[in-house]
Amino acid sequence: MSFEQLATHPLDDLLRVDRIPHIWCPTCGLGIVLNSFLTAVKESGIPREDIVVVSGIGCTGRAAGYVNLDSFHTTHGRALPFATGLKLGNPKLKVVVISGDGDLVAIGGNHLIHSARRNMDLTVICVNNFNYAMTGGQFGPTTPRQARLTTAPYGSYEHPFNLPFLVDSCGATYVARWTVLHTRQLTGSIKEALIHPGFSFIEVISPCPTVYGRRNQLGSGLDIVKYYRERSVVRNGIDTRECEIDYQGQIVVGRFVQKRKPTYLETMNDYLRQSIGEEFVPYQGPMDESGD
Amino acid sequence: MSRDNTVLTGAHFWDGDYACAEGAIAAGCRFFAGYPITPSTEIAERIAQRFPFVGGTFIQMEDELASMAAILGAAWAGTKAMTVTSGPGFSLMQENIGLGVMTETPCVVVDVQRGGPSTGLPTLTGQQDMMQARWGSHGDYEIIALSPSSPQECFDLTITCFDLSERYRVPVLFMMDECVGHMTEKVVVPEREKINPVPRRWYRGPKDKYRPFQPEEDGVPAMVRAGRDYRVHITGLTHDERGYPVINAECQNWCVKRLVNKIRDNAEKIVMLEEFQTEDAEVVVVAYGISARVAFKAIADARAKGVKAGMLRLITVWPFPERRVRELAERVKVLVMPEINLGQVYLELQRVVGDRCQTAHVPHCGGWVHDPNDILAAIMASGR
Repeated sequence: MSFEQLATHPLDDLLRVDRIPHIWCPTCGLGIVLNSFLTAVKESGIPREDIVVVSGIGCTGRAAGYVNLDSFHTTHGRALPFATGLKLGNPKLKVVVISGDGDLVAIGGNHLIHSARRNMDLTVICVNNFNYAMTGGQFGPTTPRQARLTTAPYGSYEHPFNLPFLVDSCGATYVARWTVLHTRQLTGSIKEALIHPGFSFIEVISPCPTVYGRRNQLGSGLDIVKYYRERSVVRNGIDTRECEIDYQGQIVVGRFVQKRKPTYLETMNDYLRQSIGEEFVPYQGPMDESGD
Repeated sequence: MSRDNTVLTGAHFWDGDYACAEGAIAAGCRFFAGYPITPSTEIAERIAQRFPFVGGTFIQMEDELASMAAILGAAWAGTKAMTVTSGPGFSLMQENIGLGVMTETPCVVVDVQRGGPSTGLPTLTGQQDMMQARWGSHGDYEIIALSPSSPQECFDLTITCFDLSERYRVPVLFMMDECVGHMTEKVVVPEREKINPVPRRWYRGPKDKYRPFQPEEDGVPAMVRAGRDYRVHITGLTHDERGYPVINAECQNWCVKRLVNKIRDNAEKIVMLEEFQTEDAEVVVVAYGISARVAFKAIADARAKGVKAGMLRLITVWPFPERRVRELAERVKVLVMPEINLGQVYLELQRVVGDRCQTAHVPHCGGWVHDPNDILAAIMASGR
């Protein structure tokens, strides 16, 4: 096998190879997440031009910059409302939000709960590394108690969100959690989420050896993944109230919620058609590009 | 489909807020995201009422940050999009207005101004967001902002705002105020054929040659929409012609200069002005929005007292109409500016005028419009 052959990657056609090397640290979990996502895209059979990726700000927020798809790197916390505009502006699109826990749940938390409440037809991949990594490791809304970070130098004392429970209680119709160790299950879940009508949310527990790991002396990315192997337990369909994560404690993973409920667009169009009758004119899609 | 009701041709008795909503529909706006706030709410209400009959999608978002982000997303999906707000909401929109500037996203943001700062005067007028319109988002940029003086202009200029946003690929700010928004007057809607909205600058070259931020002759790049397999990457980071982030001073210089210059270099084509009795004027009132309406009375009174007064009405406030203001400054004694703030656009007037003539400011803190006698007093004081 020649060097040229080795130098390519099976997902190269879905990657912006001219932007590689990426900015992520060695043994960070984000490469695995991206690999799982692109594999799911490939295996889903959905036409590539129909899939759009939207990210916010942070380490995970850079994912949009590496996919060879229409992709938008927006402002901190606002990936979901931007994605909402994209989806409503062209309902044919499969809009996928890939962003971090700080972006989606802290600064963007309001948009997360309302997108779930509306059952907006979006797929959200929320990469949870338990901290704000790009800014050097501050505690966030998912940081387990006791974990030490630069703004929690004596350990975090705030109660973290249990994300599957949060979005489940707000109305999400597909909810799963995996770690980056569970690559096959994660890819499978992303495939399911891509074809799921409505708000789908996948939390991915992902190692941040450079910041979270180092500040808590958890070892390398490999050591952190070993912890995932030892302490994660698959419990599909479990009540989402029962999947809180304690510091270095058990990580419950699995597909927790999968149900069919009318999406925002279905509800809106059905309701207006019923309420207004024949005079209702549904949205006709994007502007015509052919003529002036 | 039912009869065409997108353009309500005829004479109506509408307030400025309703007229703005109808202008948006006539311009082809088919996506609206907003959050209720006085005194702009009636625009959202009118849109919510009308959109189901004209094929538009209305969504009430959870806040103004979301509203602004949503219209950017909808614009990239390939539709004309708008949001409306007032002071506090305008503050919340600023970060994503900056994203719209950086990503060159056509859209319209309406600010029905009320008195501030903070919650200020929710139900009473002001013109205190004019500098925020110019530079409210962080970083360096140029923006387009228009200011209507009547419900008729709320209709007409909303269409102009969409046209300018498509032509220059920039969020266009429509700086209404509470008085104009809630003033009810005759509004004449022309026939549909007489309204010719500017289409998007769709890219028409070969797909593999497309570079999202490669400027055309006038400095503005052509656009594609998501879902067409162009595989664009659009980021708020400083980026090159391909849209790829490049974090260095050289690319920053290229990127920001182009964003600024596409407005500055086209300012003469963007600027809209109205002049009234300026031919022989020795004193010219420079005004915009509701303050221009009030100033007409002061100008008539000054003429009756033998002072040759006239008016330069700024329909476009940003970019500031530098050339015409300088020309007038070369030959009049004084330029008088009433505005419902303590000195915002006046600062720009002073800068542009320099020592060519005198300038006078007629400030007002908001809550009500000027007493025309205060403007008259300023004209008379300088016109003698």
